[in-house]
Amino acid sequence: MSNGKSILIDTSLCTACRGCQVACKQWNNLPGTKTKQIGTYQNPQDFSASTWKLVRFAEGKNGNGKPYWYFFSDMCRHCMEPPCADTIQGFVKDGVIRDETTGAVVYTGKTKTVPFEKVRASCPYDIPRQNLKTKVMAKCTMCIDRIKNDRIPACVQSCPTGAMVFGDRQEILEKVEKRVAELKKNYPKAMAINPDDVRVIFIVTDEPEKYWKHAAV
Amino acid sequence: MKAKARGAKIIHVDPRFTRTSARADFHTSLRSGTDIAFLGGMIKYILENERYFKDYVTNYTNAPFIVDERFDFNDGLFSGYDPATRKYDKSTWTFKKDANGIPEKDFTLQNPRCVFQLLKKHYSRYDLEKVSSITGTPVEDLKTVYEMYSSTGVKDKAGTVMYALGQTQHTIGVQNIRTLCIIQLLLGNIGICGGGVNAMRGEPNVQGSTDFAILSHIIPGYLAAPVASLQTVDEYLKRFTPKSADPRSANWWQNYPKYMVSLLKAWYDDKATKENDFGYSWVPKLDDGQDCTILNMIDNMFEKKIKGLITIAQNPAVSLPNANKVREAFTHLDWLVHVNIFDNETASFWKGPGLNPKKIKTEVFLLPAAASVEKQGSQANSGRWIQWKYEAAKAPGDAIYTGDIVIRIIAKLKELYKKEGGSFPEPILNLKWDYSDEKGRFDPLKVAKTVNGYFLEDVTISDKTYKKGELVPGFALLQADGKTSSGCWISCGGFSQDGTNLMARRKKDDPTGLGLYPQWSWAWPVNRRIIYNRASVDLNGQPYNPKRPLVAWVDGKWVGDVPDGPWPPMADTKNGKYPFIMKPDGVSSLFGPGLGDGPFPEHYEPLEGPLPRNLMSPQLNSPIIKIFSKECDKYSGCDPRYPFVMTTYTSTEHWCTGGITRWQSWLTEAQPQVYVEISEELAQIKGIKNGEKVKVESARGSLMCVAMVTPRFRPFKCGDQVIHQVGMTFNYGWLFPKDCGDTANLLTPTVGDGNSGTPEYKAFMVNLRKV
Repeated sequence: MSNGKSILIDTSLCTACRGCQVACKQWNNLPGTKTKQIGTYQNPQDFSASTWKLVRFAEGKNGNGKPYWYFFSDMCRHCMEPPCADTIQGFVKDGVIRDETTGAVVYTGKTKTVPFEKVRASCPYDIPRQNLKTKVMAKCTMCIDRIKNDRIPACVQSCPTGAMVFGDRQEILEKVEKRVAELKKNYPKAMAINPDDVRVIFIVTDEPEKYWKHAAV
Repeated sequence: MKAKARGAKIIHVDPRFTRTSARADFHTSLRSGTDIAFLGGMIKYILENERYFKDYVTNYTNAPFIVDERFDFNDGLFSGYDPATRKYDKSTWTFKKDANGIPEKDFTLQNPRCVFQLLKKHYSRYDLEKVSSITGTPVEDLKTVYEMYSSTGVKDKAGTVMYALGQTQHTIGVQNIRTLCIIQLLLGNIGICGGGVNAMRGEPNVQGSTDFAILSHIIPGYLAAPVASLQTVDEYLKRFTPKSADPRSANWWQNYPKYMVSLLKAWYDDKATKENDFGYSWVPKLDDGQDCTILNMIDNMFEKKIKGLITIAQNPAVSLPNANKVREAFTHLDWLVHVNIFDNETASFWKGPGLNPKKIKTEVFLLPAAASVEKQGSQANSGRWIQWKYEAAKAPGDAIYTGDIVIRIIAKLKELYKKEGGSFPEPILNLKWDYSDEKGRFDPLKVAKTVNGYFLEDVTISDKTYKKGELVPGFALLQADGKTSSGCWISCGGFSQDGTNLMARRKKDDPTGLGLYPQWSWAWPVNRRIIYNRASVDLNGQPYNPKRPLVAWVDGKWVGDVPDGPWPPMADTKNGKYPFIMKPDGVSSLFGPGLGDGPFPEHYEPLEGPLPRNLMSPQLNSPIIKIFSKECDKYSGCDPRYPFVMTTYTSTEHWCTGGITRWQSWLTEAQPQVYVEISEELAQIKGIKNGEKVKVESARGSLMCVAMVTPRFRPFKCGDQVIHQVGMTFNYGWLFPKDCGDTANLLTPTVGDGNSGTPEYKAFMVNLRKV
């Protein structure tokens, strides 16, 4: 297996426009779901079989009393050693495809025979969801159908600020390292989240849990 | 974000902490409606700490000009105010002139009656503590912003201002922008690369709509709308063509007659002759002093003085202030034609909340239109680039170009006038109406060529002969004798005789390396990418910032961007011209006598504000605003029943009234229902928890919405007083989705800017309570 592909998500450049959230639905033919305003910009509230990319909003006050607002464009991390794949494989053969060239982790229709809660519990980032009607599990595919046709993932393509970058893993790891070093000058807490373990690598400028409780392992 | 990566600092000033604030280097908040106080404090800071760009201010602005000795400012009012008419007599807002009629100047800027000293005096009152007491911005934050931004007042730095409706939608909106202009001029940030006062447009072609005069005071190319008292074209031209006695002022508007006559020729073609004043008498005219801005039009409709209404691609039942009044006004119409891609609250007003369709006599026509991506044509951005676009898809069903709709209506009118006559048929019958292709469809290329303009006879200019029927290569060749036409003089040159549509160009070459891309689309005027670019050089034509030379005088000619005229630099005292060629005096205006409410911006409170008095002067509100006085217009400044400041805005996910975006499930999923953002402190006082239903009320209306309790709104400490501010979007309407709520404009006041009539959506008073 080659080193595969990776996506960098630099939260310090994200404006939470949610272009990625919509682009994901557009490319993957996922419907807009019925939501309600419950006192936050974040909507839908969580992932579902119809929502594989979700911008999470987190706000609070800094020590100086001024507000902060963090945006976390959440998605499957496409782990190097995906625990969900092990779980699914334990129940059914070919429930997960681990693509050789990209490293993308893709669920198949056979996941409908697998106990969903076990799969969800095995994911440290709380990504997998289930179609309640068909029982098939769903999540981000890294847009493997686009990548195989020389296109970058829909979410990355939609990003107007360059907060998301797609490329060969080695190249992305170098970018991550360089960017974190740059950010550390102004944000001492700047870090990449679990870069050795995942293909979708988030860069944050504050503690990951301030962005989202499942941001990091 | 690219500029930031290259070292730019972003300062964001907004009542709330937004997604933009999250990416800015520094954010601070101000109470809505106090921008002039905030910015006036910056002017004081710049002047008193000598942070201004002295060469620029002395040579390129009217800072040295000596002002008429009768000009004065007292108790919040400039000289010449008449409280009975609520208008100023502006005869004292002028300059002292020498024997030749040229303004007197003191280039040392020391004369106490020069603009510079008067400016300094005016803003000396805007000290940090007073500004902080008005705006609620902490003094430390004011100092940080003033220090950071005024650091651009040097030769090799640029600062740019980006603003949107948060600046304009106030009773003092135009003066807000003027204040920004004054700051930019003091810092030498106009006419340079990376400078300017930039309007962020809410829609891709807002610039195009003003270029083509979708406003009541102008006709295409920013020419003045004719008024009834100006009976002949000569009277009109005499009134509006500016004069300058100074030979060093280009005074480009002296060409006004060429542009007006060419426009009349574009409209009436060979029916317009010298003998009949080029058809000037057929142009519709405003009565003198007539106000046709939107609030007044709705008021007239409410009074049944307006019988019919055509609205195209708008949703006034949601977007205009005091929506209950607007919706009631529509019931007084005989007919309403609405052109749009979807049904909306305007087309369906007759079945809206509280209305009984059986009792409404208005006949409504909803005409299906092609969407912007389904149309070929031009669109202009706020950098004045006019870019040609093509149909990305065919419009579905019966939907057609808006241009086709207009063409058919006028063709029918012509037919009816021809058949039936009428009291004054000439304006319609004599209108040149040749905008269709061979299949009878709207032809955007034909329109573009008419806009560019033609030679109507063989014309010889500087030894070159242009044949009848050729396209005019640029507005410098337009004529005042009827031998040329141009539907909008600023666009002349966008279409060339060899058939090249310059607006359709897509070359990415950037020879200056400054991002001007001179062969991508076409910019008015004459493809100049930065106007007043001769203000970026010193008197010898050498760039102030040699690292980013926009234009430079090299070996007897200009290189770089298309310069503002061919004349040599100002050091050539014989042939050199001042850089601000559209201003009669050739320099830009720190002292600006053109507006109705004063030559210097002054802070006044919004019509509905939280304070009983204006801390700057005894004059609480703008002295020139029109006060509407119907029962439905009632307002409530400093009233304990409505104790909280409200501001309205849009969201990233919805476009304006949501008339288009609410039908898009991915967007409605992301922003499903109307909400009011309130601070944690106010929520605690009112016993409101995040996500609870609340009722928001103003003197004019109320609506239910969801409370969004957030640290991103914070109470303002204005002197001893704590002022709470809340905010809402106007993205929603009752039609669809059914549970999304309704518009914030049920609350907004019927009051507009004293100069432009732009409604004060941004600052008014409400109450809110838990339901």
